[in-house]
Amino acid sequence: MINTGNIIETIRMFNDENLDVRTVTMGISLLDCADPDPAAACRKIYEKIVRRAKYLVPVCEAITAEYGIPIVNKRISVTPIAMLLAACPDGDPVEFAKTLDRAAEAVGVNFIGGFSALVNKGFSAGDERLIAAIPEALAQTERVCSSVNAGSTKSGINMDAVAMLGPVIRRAAELTADRNCVGAAKLVVFCNAPDDNPFMAGAFHGPGEPDCVINVGVSGPGAVRSALQKHAKGADIAGVAETIKKTAFKITRMGQLVGELAGKALQVPFGIVDLSLAPTPAIGDSVADVLEEMGLESVGGYGTTAALALLNDAVKKGGVMASGLVGGLSGAFIPVSEDAGMIAAAERGDLTLEKLEAMTAVCSVGLDMIVVPGDTPAEVLSAMIADEAAIGMVNSKTTAVRVIPAIGKQVGDRLDFGGLLGYGPVMPVNTASPAAFIARGGRIPAPLQALKN
Amino acid sequence: MQAVITVVGSDKVGILAKVSTICAEHGVNIEEVTQSILRGTFAMIMLCTLPQDGVAFSTLAEELRAGGQELGVDVNITRQDIYDVMHNI
Repeated sequence: MINTGNIIETIRMFNDENLDVRTVTMGISLLDCADPDPAAACRKIYEKIVRRAKYLVPVCEAITAEYGIPIVNKRISVTPIAMLLAACPDGDPVEFAKTLDRAAEAVGVNFIGGFSALVNKGFSAGDERLIAAIPEALAQTERVCSSVNAGSTKSGINMDAVAMLGPVIRRAAELTADRNCVGAAKLVVFCNAPDDNPFMAGAFHGPGEPDCVINVGVSGPGAVRSALQKHAKGADIAGVAETIKKTAFKITRMGQLVGELAGKALQVPFGIVDLSLAPTPAIGDSVADVLEEMGLESVGGYGTTAALALLNDAVKKGGVMASGLVGGLSGAFIPVSEDAGMIAAAERGDLTLEKLEAMTAVCSVGLDMIVVPGDTPAEVLSAMIADEAAIGMVNSKTTAVRVIPAIGKQVGDRLDFGGLLGYGPVMPVNTASPAAFIARGGRIPAPLQALKN
Repeated sequence: MQAVITVVGSDKVGILAKVSTICAEHGVNIEEVTQSILRGTFAMIMLCTLPQDGVAFSTLAEELRAGGQELGVDVNITRQDIYDVMHNI
């Protein structure tokens, strides 16, 4: 029987509220491509990615055509390349990045993640070489994304890696200064990085994952805001949470369906749905708008952290009911440059870095897509990473830093990446020097929270 | 396979005839039709079943789209599963 209301609601969600599947990401293990000969390793990597992902884009396009579900991005995540470099002491990491770039181009995906190293407790062979090569690799490729896991609740924070990464972020921005410093926008530094995150720039295919897997990331802040406008006018906060839960259920069911269909068509196991509300710079596709719909004059003002905590929790509760397989980052994203409402609040001065840091304690990621002055010292960037990692470590959650030093620009200027990465105002940074703290190096011991056994 | 055809646009003579003719040509059985005028816009929803091993979904979708264009309305077809999974536990 036709339920006109359901059909019209679904069509409206797709057409007017920007509901989409943000990404179908194929995770591919490259562990069987390790080879001491760098040329052989790169050849195997290219062949495996192309073989596995050849039909990823056409399959997703067919799903869109038959089900009407927009799938914005098709992407690939691979085994952290540092693991392959470990087996290849003479390999140039940049050549590995170029291989990933070529393979991504061959199969028609716009980003490939996994130029990564997992160094939460320390460096193994290949890790330091990879981290040092990140700026050059991101400057010489278009589609490659990089991430480093520098800490975890179980192992503490690798402060040697943190000290390395501030200068790496700066250098990544400097080498791409002629392209709006986009290198730094493709580099994420994590604490508690998930192995199955489908979202870029932080996606990689963890070592415990199967050989090949399909993970799905959903979106839908526009649909949540619209539901609040329609169904939560005058409701108390529990009513707001209930409305968000119901909408998250619908959004997640869509993601689950796409994952199952894509996995079946590609003959690859379906991994997880990442229950994230991922915004875009498009008007009406903003997490900030959802928070303001709850009753805040501006995101960034007092009440924002509480509203975000509620949103994050309700999204998970609704989503978990809708999908048997949940993972990745799962929660609300708060990237500044990718969210029209966040951009506006930052430009007004209502949203500050300090408030964003507080918000990261209750949502899914961290300081994301934030443009900082071009002269921000590297040790300040390192200390920013340390602070975020500490929030993640202590709260047993994922946190991340993706900040972009706008080379040659100051507060009041703006950096425009275009496309999904959006644009952002240069935000003021507290530059009181943490240099001596960062220079100590070593490891912040794992907190008591790690001792759960 | 069950699918839902939606037609949205300004009301015109022959919309239902056009869509049902295309369906009939491909052996697509129309099981249910609802239509209404929403704020001056004509909206029709048809529940139909495509024959097994019959017309390719993409071909039917293209013909419906083209048929709609002739009359100045948007005609889309999507598989029904999406509405079922999103709105039912």
